[in-house]
Amino acid sequence: MKELTVISGKGGTGKTSIAASFAFLAKNRVLADCDVDAADLHILAQPEIIHQEDFFGGKKAVIDHDKCSLCGICKENCRYSAISASFVVDHTACEGCALCHYLCPESAITMEETLNGKWFISNTRFGPMVHANLIPGEENSGKLVALVRNQAKLIAEERNMDIVIVDGAPGVGCPVISSITGVDHVVVVTEPTMSGLHDMKRAAELVRHFNIPISLVINKWDIHPGMTAEIEEFAKSGNISLAGKIPYDRAVTDSMVKRRTVVEEGPGPASDAIIEVWEHLNQRIWQ
Amino acid sequence: MIVAVASGKGGTGKTTVATSLALVLETRSQILDCDVEEPNCHILLKPTILATDTVNLPVPSVDLEKCTLCGKCGEVCQFSAIVPIGKTVIAFPELCHGCGACSMLCPEEAIHEVPRSLGVVETGMAGSVEFVQGRIRIGEAMAPPLIRAVKTRIDSDKLAILDAPPGASCPVITTVKGADFVIMVTEPTPFGLNDLVIAVEAIQGLGIPMGVVINRSDIGDSAVKDFCHNKGLPLLMEVPHHRKIAEGYAKGAPLIESMPEYAHKFRKLTDDISMIIGTPSKGSSL
Amino acid sequence: MKIAVTSTGKAVESAIDPRFGRAPFILIVDDDCNLIEAIDNSTNVNAFRGAGIQAAKTIADRKVDMLLTGRCGPNAFTALGAAGIKVGIEQSGTIREAIERVKKNEVSFADKPNAEAHW
Repeated sequence: MKELTVISGKGGTGKTSIAASFAFLAKNRVLADCDVDAADLHILAQPEIIHQEDFFGGKKAVIDHDKCSLCGICKENCRYSAISASFVVDHTACEGCALCHYLCPESAITMEETLNGKWFISNTRFGPMVHANLIPGEENSGKLVALVRNQAKLIAEERNMDIVIVDGAPGVGCPVISSITGVDHVVVVTEPTMSGLHDMKRAAELVRHFNIPISLVINKWDIHPGMTAEIEEFAKSGNISLAGKIPYDRAVTDSMVKRRTVVEEGPGPASDAIIEVWEHLNQRIWQ
Repeated sequence: MIVAVASGKGGTGKTTVATSLALVLETRSQILDCDVEEPNCHILLKPTILATDTVNLPVPSVDLEKCTLCGKCGEVCQFSAIVPIGKTVIAFPELCHGCGACSMLCPEEAIHEVPRSLGVVETGMAGSVEFVQGRIRIGEAMAPPLIRAVKTRIDSDKLAILDAPPGASCPVITTVKGADFVIMVTEPTPFGLNDLVIAVEAIQGLGIPMGVVINRSDIGDSAVKDFCHNKGLPLLMEVPHHRKIAEGYAKGAPLIESMPEYAHKFRKLTDDISMIIGTPSKGSSL
Repeated sequence: MKIAVTSTGKAVESAIDPRFGRAPFILIVDDDCNLIEAIDNSTNVNAFRGAGIQAAKTIADRKVDMLLTGRCGPNAFTALGAAGIKVGIEQSGTIREAIERVKKNEVSFADKPNAEAHW
């Protein structure tokens, strides 16, 4: 069983559309939407939820105002400025470190589990899918990503499936790291813009940091062939294998509006290119 | 006035809007790139960096001569960043959140704090615009403390424009907290709408007024507009898909350079925002 | 000698779980594979980071001499090393079979972690 993660560095490069297309093209696969901050894969996969569970990401401090003597020790020592002048804990600022709980002379502060979101196991026309919703504004997305990935892997192992396709998060931080550590292969989707190149370099550096094999896909390559050439040059010099280039094609947005992947809509410039990229990747993953 | 530019979905044109807004206001504006994982404002603004400061997180270091292996540090640490094991105590700095609990609560005062680098804050000038950006060290996961360090550079006498990270979780909240207004940049596609809804919900909890800019407004469908209408979110500006903008962006040119006719729209944007939040605009052209 | 083995179940006939920090059970047995304790590791299974570190502490507190598992990440490896616990890796089959291999000196001990840090 192999685990393949699609990331992008920069947002909006077509990562999810491409990951969903891979899901359609792959056989015997499990999908994991690890872009839990702004999950979009479900829009194309149209999952039918068969199991759901609450996600408790961590603990937060809660002050019992009946016990609180307003001494201020908690507030003075909190490094996250999470305790207000009226001794109310700001949930969005509290890291759950429990320092206040240990310092409070009145034992007025307890650490309580907080509901951060929900996660789901669903059926889709692409096979099983594990996905999640983080409650907007909540933290611990890295932890939820780890959970989604683990569940997807469990399903793959139980049902003897060949591959887990992970739609990763943008950026290079906590949720991205969480969606790539220990996977077999990472695909970085970029676009031929200065920002695309810049962010791809950082994403590639991150993947390298964790010693994971990497392939590059240049999406919308024809919107700026000069920049595409520059990205290809960078890939060559950095020993990053180019899995292929996908041309700009309005059919991608059109199919998204219909909540389908572009490869399901039949042949076309983008669709044909994605199929080629997938075949190429498949060879690399199993070689 | 502090205006944050956020987006939910990445790649919708957040940085394009933030940089053009800063450029039209010239000396009256300050831009702070809080997308510390992938800061991109510098690509469009090409600033001269004048100062680079490392941002550190305090992490534990144990003096084993003083340590009595009492186990308190391991008991209080919520992140497994310090663990008494066998006849020693080991710290795992990359797991540490820098809360200070272990060093403060160690009965022997055997733990002191040493810095772990999270990344840098760079300051400089992009023409007449004051420029600040955070850049996280690759492999580092903790963005919020670095974002907070970027925000300490806010000059409240200017119009401070914060370019927020995409998404709707902690780094976004850390960025927009304390802002007077949030511009949400989106595109009229199912993905754009889905992520806009999430981001609006996240920011709503903070009670900050918001408005929407629709980029590539002639693609996709009308669902984003319907959502704004139903939610009472003011539609601040629409930018149709234009080859000149896309080509300019690809090469690293700001929107108002590729399409100078947009300059007055961006000036009007600050006036509209000032009207909505009811304060005189510091950046107003009037 | 006390030996800890990561396990899918509570009995010595259970299959080894190759994961260290996130195995559902950790069995502590003696040289003759008599079960001393079956530790329920479920609180750790869903831990975000630091699962391996906590599992290492759990077995170190029980004065274990040797760990048998499949993969061991860098943080857990550091912690186990500090506790003087030898790490036998790439183990599979049942717990009993693994203990047999220890007797026959067929277990290879890791001198470095054989897994990436997991989040």
